[in-house]
Amino acid sequence: MAKRFVAIWFPHLLTDWLVIRRPELQHLPFVVAAPDHGRLVITAASKTAQAQGIHAGAVVADARALIPDLQVFNNRPGLAAQLLSALCKWCIRFTPTAAADLPDGLLLDASGCAHLWGGEAPYLDDIAARLKAYGYHIRIAMAGTIGAAWAAARYGQPVSVIHSGHEARTLSALPPAALRLDPLILERLQKLGLSRISTFIEMPRAVLRRRFGPELLYRLDQALGREDEALQPLEPVQPWQERLPCLEPILTATGIGIALERLLTVLCSSLQQKGKGLRTAVLKAYRLDGKIEQVQAGTHRASHNVAHLLKLFEHKIAAIEPDLGIELFILEAPDVEDVAPQQETLWTTGCSLESIGLAQLADRLAGKAGAPAIRRYLPLPHYWPERSIQATASFTEKPVTGWPTDHPRPIQLLPRPEPVEVSAPIPDYPPMLFRYKGALHNIKKADGPERIEQEWWLEAGPHRDYYIVEDEAGRRYWLFRLGHYSGSEPPRWFIHGFFA
Amino acid sequence: MSAAKKAIIEQLQQELLLLHGFKPPSNTTVQMGLGALEKAFPNAVFPTGAIHEFLSDAVEHTAATGGFVAGLLGHLMQRGGACIWISATRTLFPPALKAFGVIPDQVVFVDLQREKDVLWATEEALKCEGLAAVVAELKDISFTASRRLQLATEQSRVTGFLLRHQPRDLNAIACVARWRITPLASMADNGMPGVGFPRWQVGLVKVRNGKPGAWQVEWAANRFRVITENTALPNPVRIRKIG
Repeated sequence: MAKRFVAIWFPHLLTDWLVIRRPELQHLPFVVAAPDHGRLVITAASKTAQAQGIHAGAVVADARALIPDLQVFNNRPGLAAQLLSALCKWCIRFTPTAAADLPDGLLLDASGCAHLWGGEAPYLDDIAARLKAYGYHIRIAMAGTIGAAWAAARYGQPVSVIHSGHEARTLSALPPAALRLDPLILERLQKLGLSRISTFIEMPRAVLRRRFGPELLYRLDQALGREDEALQPLEPVQPWQERLPCLEPILTATGIGIALERLLTVLCSSLQQKGKGLRTAVLKAYRLDGKIEQVQAGTHRASHNVAHLLKLFEHKIAAIEPDLGIELFILEAPDVEDVAPQQETLWTTGCSLESIGLAQLADRLAGKAGAPAIRRYLPLPHYWPERSIQATASFTEKPVTGWPTDHPRPIQLLPRPEPVEVSAPIPDYPPMLFRYKGALHNIKKADGPERIEQEWWLEAGPHRDYYIVEDEAGRRYWLFRLGHYSGSEPPRWFIHGFFA
Repeated sequence: MSAAKKAIIEQLQQELLLLHGFKPPSNTTVQMGLGALEKAFPNAVFPTGAIHEFLSDAVEHTAATGGFVAGLLGHLMQRGGACIWISATRTLFPPALKAFGVIPDQVVFVDLQREKDVLWATEEALKCEGLAAVVAELKDISFTASRRLQLATEQSRVTGFLLRHQPRDLNAIACVARWRITPLASMADNGMPGVGFPRWQVGLVKVRNGKPGAWQVEWAANRFRVITENTALPNPVRIRKIG
């Protein structure tokens, strides 16, 4: 089958996008500019601004001299690529093979697609009409080679179809820039007065190669179809999804369970083939009355184990209300990760944090109690007790710093320190006795103080002087005094924990 | 009693213990380093793969229990298993575990809202083979529920610790031992000032097929040190029904 390519050119891609977002700009002159060597250089100018003589590459200050009320927008690097990739995705409705052609175009491989629209002209008209309806200015062309389509879109008629074999005739009338040439070669052609492709297309190849290098011939061959050129098409993301339409509406939990098992079996086998596992699974049940019931399950490590996933959904099936019945089930895996195949061990020495058994247990617990209920703690480089640990949901995260052992820490820490009444003999000595929850404790032994400063860059406040104290019954406490001694007010003491 | 009779009785006792699930010491048994205290257990082996119950009445007792359990966990986790700590009212401060030989980031904490969920989660966790231990802070547990936990541990051989703080009802539950740990005044070496190593009165209130008792135990230099020999607990007054 003959190859057919479509090239779309967006002459005002960035400014069109701005106009779509802010329609009041439509008839105003405005530019997009980026700082370059200490001045603002225009990267794109609106249609109105271009009509008044402002083009990309000019300096904003010069443009302001021409149009005093010129609006200037900041250039976002990478925006054009982002827009083109979104448009490219949109174009997949016209052909399965679409590619972005930076900086301002799209290339579609339309071989065997146009007949669905009733011919090539209606095909192009449809694309052009839809893009124009969105607010983009475009020029579009279809040809048998990428090069010819590219040239015709930029230098030919606004909407042009070039039949295969007629490329040479169309190209003849176009300037050499239509061949996607290097500016140096273009300049040389210009100097020699070769202002149309027709002026050198018939020249002997050896002469062209000697004068302009191999690139000119290569591009010419590409445009004429003598040299192959490939597209780098955008690969649409494969959605991990399985559907199960039901002949009869499903009403029972058993039925839903069977449907879920079938969906999971198919989805998991396809996941397994690709070496992937799912982290989140969503089951959508489409009811007869048009409502959609939805349940979700998450895993701690990517899994494609049907039995395990089925168990996670087990007590969620009850949340689905079938009402009149469910006619369609869709199982989606929006969150998919690579799974490294695990080596089986002959003797299991223990269920470590990395093992599958623990991850599956955590999934079951999280399914009932919610994911935030399950956590590990990692050390943080802070002395302030409340900030010395960090909760993490991940089982694989490794601590950045070691667990400190230089200062003893209480095995039980109160969520917030509680005030106690204390009598201390002299400043900087541990207290003699303290009263906590009505009971009086005589202190027999004490260690301290361990001064922990409040980290002023995180929070303002006085420091704490911690004492480990033991009373007459051998009970060990962690007390602290807040701040310095001052003559005017009595110091405030708190209990913060209990030692083993 | 003749020596032959004694030997027969001992052999029969061994067989009975085997039927109860107490295995004689082998190279797979975990050394807990409890020294003289381990003699209280059948075969003089700390029973792993079973449920231990710890009672505490005050917050200070909970702290002492926490220290003792952390010391046990340190020994149990040496083979590379993870530990799960399930609670609805947790005040345990993970960095303190390091002093008892437990790497705190190897412990998975499950903080739930209701006691009922704690029980369910404990059962699920005890079913997971290969875990070093499961610690559950539970106030009350019925005998039936404890039987379920016991059955789960028998399958998976995971050691379970139930920490019961101020239980409403001191009912009998299916467990291999009932402990009561209270803090004791520490003794610093050589009369040095300050607070010494943590020291506890470790009471084995009940132990299945073993001898209950009380010991003074200290956690010093990353290991247990039993200070006093078994001081037998006063026999509980038995109320006999007459008639």
